Amino acid sequence: MNQAAKIENRKRYGRRSFVKKLLFAVASLLVPRFLAASDKLKEAPVWILAGAYNPNEHYWGMGIDISKCIGCGRCVEACKVENQVPRDPFFFRTWVERYRIMEGGEVAVDSPNGAIKSFGNDREEKDIVRSFFVPKLCNHCDTPPCVQVCPVGATFKSPDGVILVDAEYCIGCRYCIQACPYGARFLHPETRTAEKCTFCYHRISKGLAPACVEACPTQARVFGELRKKASPLQRFLRMNKVGILKPSLNTEPKVYYADLDMEVN
Amino acid sequence: MESVVEHLLPRLKEITGFIYPNEIELHWSILVVVYPYITGLVAGAFILASLVKVFKVKEVQPTYRLSLLTALAFLLVAPLPLLAHLGHPEKSFEIFLTPNKQSAMAMFGFVYAWYLMAVLLLEIWFDYRRDIILWAQEETGPRKWLHKVLSLFSSDISERAVRFDRKAVQAVTIIGIPSAFLLHGYVGFIFGSVKANPWWSSVLMPIVFLFSAIVSGIALVLLIYMIATPMRSKQIDMDCLDKLAGFLFYAMIVDFSLETLDFIHRIYESEESIEILSELVSGKLFVSLVVIQLLIGMIVPLVAIALVKLFRTPAELRRLLYFVSALLVQVGIFSTRWNVVIGGQLFSKSLRGLTAYKMSIVGVEGLLVSIAILVLPFLILLALFKILPPWKEARHEFGPPTGSG
Amino acid sequence: MDVFELLKRIRLFWSRIPEQVQRLSLLAVFFIVLFIPVRNLLVPKDFGKYGHYRPSALEEAAAQEITYAGHEACYECHDDVVDTKYHGYHKTVACETCHGPAAAHTEDPDVELPAPRERGYCPLCHEYLASRPTGFPQIVSASHNPLKPCIACHNPHDPVPPHTPAECEACHAAIARTKAVSHHVYVPCVRCHETPEEHKVSPRQHRPSKPATREFCAACHAEGATTELETRKVDLATHGERYTCWQCHYPHLPGSR
Repeated sequence: MNQAAKIENRKRYGRRSFVKKLLFAVASLLVPRFLAASDKLKEAPVWILAGAYNPNEHYWGMGIDISKCIGCGRCVEACKVENQVPRDPFFFRTWVERYRIMEGGEVAVDSPNGAIKSFGNDREEKDIVRSFFVPKLCNHCDTPPCVQVCPVGATFKSPDGVILVDAEYCIGCRYCIQACPYGARFLHPETRTAEKCTFCYHRISKGLAPACVEACPTQARVFGELRKKASPLQRFLRMNKVGILKPSLNTEPKVYYADLDMEVN
Repeated sequence: MESVVEHLLPRLKEITGFIYPNEIELHWSILVVVYPYITGLVAGAFILASLVKVFKVKEVQPTYRLSLLTALAFLLVAPLPLLAHLGHPEKSFEIFLTPNKQSAMAMFGFVYAWYLMAVLLLEIWFDYRRDIILWAQEETGPRKWLHKVLSLFSSDISERAVRFDRKAVQAVTIIGIPSAFLLHGYVGFIFGSVKANPWWSSVLMPIVFLFSAIVSGIALVLLIYMIATPMRSKQIDMDCLDKLAGFLFYAMIVDFSLETLDFIHRIYESEESIEILSELVSGKLFVSLVVIQLLIGMIVPLVAIALVKLFRTPAELRRLLYFVSALLVQVGIFSTRWNVVIGGQLFSKSLRGLTAYKMSIVGVEGLLVSIAILVLPFLILLALFKILPPWKEARHEFGPPTGSG
Repeated sequence: MDVFELLKRIRLFWSRIPEQVQRLSLLAVFFIVLFIPVRNLLVPKDFGKYGHYRPSALEEAAAQEITYAGHEACYECHDDVVDTKYHGYHKTVACETCHGPAAAHTEDPDVELPAPRERGYCPLCHEYLASRPTGFPQIVSASHNPLKPCIACHNPHDPVPPHTPAECEACHAAIARTKAVSHHVYVPCVRCHETPEEHKVSPRQHRPSKPATREFCAACHAEGATTELETRKVDLATHGERYTCWQCHYPHLPGSR
């Protein structure tokens, strides 16, 4: 074989050309899949759950009027009953905090047993400068850090904006609990999977309000659509000056507070 | 369930200030302390090995294969603490099959598989291949077959093939250094990227993790070398030891500077978390952070090695100081991991109170399991010493075979 | 290019690879080939259809059992009570807030719902707490008819005071407690608040007056006023410039700020 033929041969059968061809072959297998994937994104998914509920037609949020909350803890009780949350004082999907800003700047915060049995008087009243209750729950963030960190896709944002946990799929690594800035998640002691507020997904998908909203005697909690004009939540957002918790973390909560004090975090 | 609750009830009394009601249970226990400690040792030991191959540091050649095997033994154990800590270990395969590409933790599957398969095993295989084939030729019985399988039944030990092996080792090491950085840097990222936790959330976290990993890895290989050599009734190579201690010293200087930078940065910026964090550091973390991590684990060994370097000291004393320093460094680095993992969970994300951690002794997430997990790599290492002896005399020199050297 | 030539090329290419790489690549191919069926077997079929999650999880969340029937469910049978409640102060309080979850009861009326009759229940909302919003009706249960069940005097479905209380503090406990420790302890409420008689029946429609001018306070606190010597007096012309008194002094606890 002469030199030219050798080079020619190497060009045709050589390692380099083979690798090149291999890459093209693999790429050609993948390209149609990418195209198909982008097609899938364009068409609006039609996805109807049992009970004719289309998650793509809704976008849920909650408003909480702090000046209406009386700290009775009925929401905490209702949530525990409705969702079979363990009764022990370490597991809450919603709870109520009491803030008492004292003379001299001390801020006394408490939430005995999540306030399921309301609160007691344990501070000298004349030292209190201002005081109020703050109901807490999962903020159903629009950019949820818990979903970002879940290694397997067991917690996710559903099309209606609700953050859910797939208990079947959750491996119990608890990274989501670490990533939640609001302490809204816990590990269920029996299932050993992460748990949190679902906005009572089983209720809202059937046209009912979440249990805490249902049980609130003063209508301090308002639940509704964020993307529809005729919604009690839209009215709440129009009528009040609202705040969100820990805005600096850029989690974009969908639970809005009217009359939020600067000490709340 | 009862056990969980009973376990938590006394905790209620130890809370100071206000914590969110769900925060009473501390979620990442001692097992999650053990995990970054072990991966740190892996990354550190590997980087030490690459000093020989890439940077041609001749003095530490005796520890080259030792470091590789140490890295392998610890890497094999690294997933165990994670697995034991999961609520559902039986579902852990999901992390490999449907990894969430945004999750730092999901990258574990890729990083681990890459590091184990593409780096460590490859490098060891290429480096040992010629020896394995020669051992298999000399041996009989099950050992012969073990080595045959390990060599993947390859038999080519021509000079050309061996030269290819050497080139491959070189290439794998070069890929391996960034991979080792990736392995431990990503563990640091798991913590450093949690914006909800001001104690963790820091860009420096992966880098601090990395350098503390190098420190702990070098110290570990130094310890193993100092224990294994006399046990084989061989002479410790003092040049090698001095060099190792030197690298340990410089890595500790960098680690110390980074940690100091992090500390100063936090105090200078004084963000809203500073009050609760200083309460934490001066209270519940004082012993493990200031006394153990900083004083015993960092300053004492630094001073000891510096003294050895400054003054001419007899070999006997040098060996003693190196050994004690390396031991203290291990305690210090374990404490570092503890202070990151446990310390980061001792304060409430409301920044208004502190909670407590009581380590259980028995139970899956307890002390005994952690000790077992930390002992296991040494047993694996012993087995590896038997199968793939890293010692110089086991090596077949080139030229006519002259028996063991 | 026919199949035969392709095979020949592959064989030629294979023979050029160093032996050790041949072995390793066989091993790698083995693992990759093994991975594909394992993945197909273990990953749920619908995973990733709408996003990186299992869509059936949504169905499962929606399928959870409902225990609270919702405030509209009660009307069907208990329209009389619901109507009474609707016109009273408890109109925003859902039946289930006090009677508990009623979904089982709506399916089968034999499932009885509890009615909290004990004295401890109503104070969950109505016990005086400093943090409760001003104007929300609160009592101090220790001194409010001790030991008597709430429902002996109050109808929970239409809660009005059984007889109009003579004392303001029955409803305005928060203010009364503050005033009790202040210098104004002996100043009756009505000296400053003109209170129409109707306020006792419909408090929100007929509100008591509030003082509006500096001169009102000056009647007692200006220099030259005829009150006792102990009452602090100030020169109205120089004190506090144009501010009204209660911008600095809280009238129910005048010493405080």
